[in-house]
Amino acid sequence: MSVVTVQLGQCGNQVGQELFDILCRDAQDGQRTPYCTASWERFFHQTTHGELVARAVLIDMEPKVVNQSRAKAERSGQWRYGDTSHFSQKQGSGNNWANGYCVHGPRHRAVVEDLVRREVERCDRLAGLMAMMSVAGGTGSGVGTFVTQCLRDIYPKSFILNHLTWPYGTGEVIVQNYNSVLTLANLYRLSDAILVHENDTVHRICSQLLNIKHISFSDVNRVIAHQLGSVLQPALTADSYGCYSRNPLGELVSALACHPEYKLLSVCTIPQMSSSSIAYSTFSWPGLLKHLRQMLISNTKMEEGIDWQVRPPAASERTRSLTGPSFNRSVANLLILRGKDVYSAETGGFEDPALYTSWLSPKEAFDVWKSPMPFNKYEKSATLVSNSQALLRPLDNMVGKAWNMFASRAYIHQYIKFGISEEDFLDSFTSLEQVVASYSQLS
Amino acid sequence: MEEGVVKEILQGPLREVFDSTQLLTDVSGSGNNWAVGHMMYGSAYREQIVEKLRKAAEHCDCLQCFFLIHSMGGGTGSGLGTRVLGLLEEEFPEVCRIVTSIYPSAEDDVITSPYNSVLAMRELTEHADCVLPVENQSLVDIVNKIKHMSYSGKAGSVIKTDSSIISGRGGVSGAEKPFDAMNNIVANLLLNITSSARFEGSLNMDLNEIAMNLVPFPRLHYLVPSLTPLYTLADVSVLSRRLDQMFSDAFSKDHQLIRADPKHSLYLACALMVRGNVQVSDLRRNIERLRPSLPFVSWNQEGWKTGLCSVPPVGHSHSLLALANNTCVKPTFVDLRERFAKLYRKKAHLHHYLHVEGMEQSFFSEAMASLSSLIEEYHQLDATKRTLVPDAPRLSIAR
Repeated sequence: MSVVTVQLGQCGNQVGQELFDILCRDAQDGQRTPYCTASWERFFHQTTHGELVARAVLIDMEPKVVNQSRAKAERSGQWRYGDTSHFSQKQGSGNNWANGYCVHGPRHRAVVEDLVRREVERCDRLAGLMAMMSVAGGTGSGVGTFVTQCLRDIYPKSFILNHLTWPYGTGEVIVQNYNSVLTLANLYRLSDAILVHENDTVHRICSQLLNIKHISFSDVNRVIAHQLGSVLQPALTADSYGCYSRNPLGELVSALACHPEYKLLSVCTIPQMSSSSIAYSTFSWPGLLKHLRQMLISNTKMEEGIDWQVRPPAASERTRSLTGPSFNRSVANLLILRGKDVYSAETGGFEDPALYTSWLSPKEAFDVWKSPMPFNKYEKSATLVSNSQALLRPLDNMVGKAWNMFASRAYIHQYIKFGISEEDFLDSFTSLEQVVASYSQLS
Repeated sequence: MEEGVVKEILQGPLREVFDSTQLLTDVSGSGNNWAVGHMMYGSAYREQIVEKLRKAAEHCDCLQCFFLIHSMGGGTGSGLGTRVLGLLEEEFPEVCRIVTSIYPSAEDDVITSPYNSVLAMRELTEHADCVLPVENQSLVDIVNKIKHMSYSGKAGSVIKTDSSIISGRGGVSGAEKPFDAMNNIVANLLLNITSSARFEGSLNMDLNEIAMNLVPFPRLHYLVPSLTPLYTLADVSVLSRRLDQMFSDAFSKDHQLIRADPKHSLYLACALMVRGNVQVSDLRRNIERLRPSLPFVSWNQEGWKTGLCSVPPVGHSHSLLALANNTCVKPTFVDLRERFAKLYRKKAHLHHYLHVEGMEQSFFSEAMASLSSLIEEYHQLDATKRTLVPDAPRLSIAR
């Protein structure tokens, strides 16, 4: 079953290109295995000449990035994008969500829907759609939200996963918080699950774990692509009866996003290190899983600086929230193990009821997927996709800053110009305060 | 409205670049009189101007923005220029209008420049999306600074040939004329603003993003430009130190194109457009380093807009253009109003203006009022600088 990816805006297209690159190379490491076949089927379409063509549509309101991504793919020699599977304009959305959502989205709706439809028709069976975008700019956020809405209308029974990149807290775009709030509030009712990467977190991974001195956006994008790839590559699930799952997005959504108030998913992967160090490192599953579990509990997004003092509350304390503010409670978790000896990995630590809310039993809240194939050159790797309070603080900060700016009505005239009203802003704020409240009340 | 300058361009090496049917000249000039430019020539040439604009617009696949380049102190640039600005808004209301205005210095030799400037200011406040004010005095200071560096011959201060911002290197013309050095600086400003639209980069920044991010309230659209580096030293110093120095310089008064003190006023928003081999980590490191010393308005504490373009300008390995929406423009405007008031009180030279058909005294008082209210808006924001503005109380959700 195949996934069709829609890459929107500069970020969506740049990250998307890195993602397909990793997916392709990783699958090729396992040449002629069922893993490779499943991965290719999922993400690529094979031409009669045996070329791999990504099942993706590239959309942007200005041409440079789409052209660049297509050229880079071409240069890899291993895969490419479809010759006609892209659409760009000349103007850009000016970092304005309203411009993207109210003007560009509707204006180009027919073309975009057509491109997606063609990719979907090339699939034997559709596993679902994934939209990749940032929330800070204008196209990814505005056009991306509009396109998600269209996809929801056309494919009401398909799974739609939105992959979002959140900007640096200290700012890449001044109105990023407005664009983020408008995007998240709207996506919350349209998307089945929202998988988030934060630039700040990924930046820290680059500097502290990968030891990169001069971090570029390519480095950041590659880390995101690695983590996302480790979630999306084929795996054996409880329901897949010894074969690679044919319903990855569906199983992801049902494992993690079972409640409409709780849709925000974060990812962490262990180990992460510079490629030169991988050869010299050995890992054990107990070691990896112990670290990963503590990363979850203490809400540390990488395996450095983990706070080992944080513990889940003892059984007797469960009914009262006596946990310290640093304990991260989960709604649900999905653990994905890849590599050598994966069947011997002991995952009981994640089944502790203390980690979860009271309204889901650990059996329902926790899932494991496994694959005996090593991922992206790591002999063993573990990825945790988590629906927990991990994104609560960043979300709260984002809403707070946007609200402060809104209180002074700064920049609002720029949005009103394109068709968004103050009411629309207020509605979005209300929706997100609801989400913040829901996640806060998990403790 | 006189022929000399345009004729020179048409005879020079750039004659192929300009379409001669898109040129409009007259003979006698505007006599440094805003009313002559705005009213007299404005009405006489209105149709021709609109026609030429339409023609140029039709050639575009996608028209994103108009650049208006003029001075404020004279008659044509100031008067006819602002009339054209109004026409652009009428005919192409959705297209962004970015205006580069040369403001007269206090020692300007045109006596009526305060009148012309204030009359033009009103038009800019009402009809432009973004204004980049540039002061001749700042340009002179920068030119002198560079010349001083080149001639001082101090060890370690030798400038790499043709790398300075005034050299016009990479340009087509050869010999230097007066004002060339100063004009090169402004040319570099425009090159840097458009770099991300012309070349690729890891974080593109289009022209319409400038207005979107830097103009929080429609009338407060005056952006202080500062350019670095002004030149590259010939001796090789550590790249990251040079980079960090470049960021620090962007916030130093010596590199600004108007005389103002942003560090002691209030930032409403700031954009950094970087060109060359600079990565996001360099950008982040420097923003974190400089941020504590820069006062930002309470609702925009992390108000940075950043752009990374991979292609550096000719002769440099990297460059930075900072555009700041800062209340430090207030003193410049107050000063302008003072100079205007000095003349207006005595009704000096007024008759030259009132002579022109369509011009009335109310234009003067209204322009003055517009300027005063603009100054007041900046003043209100300034007043919040010292006070600790509490966060707005959040919406509370009923459970």
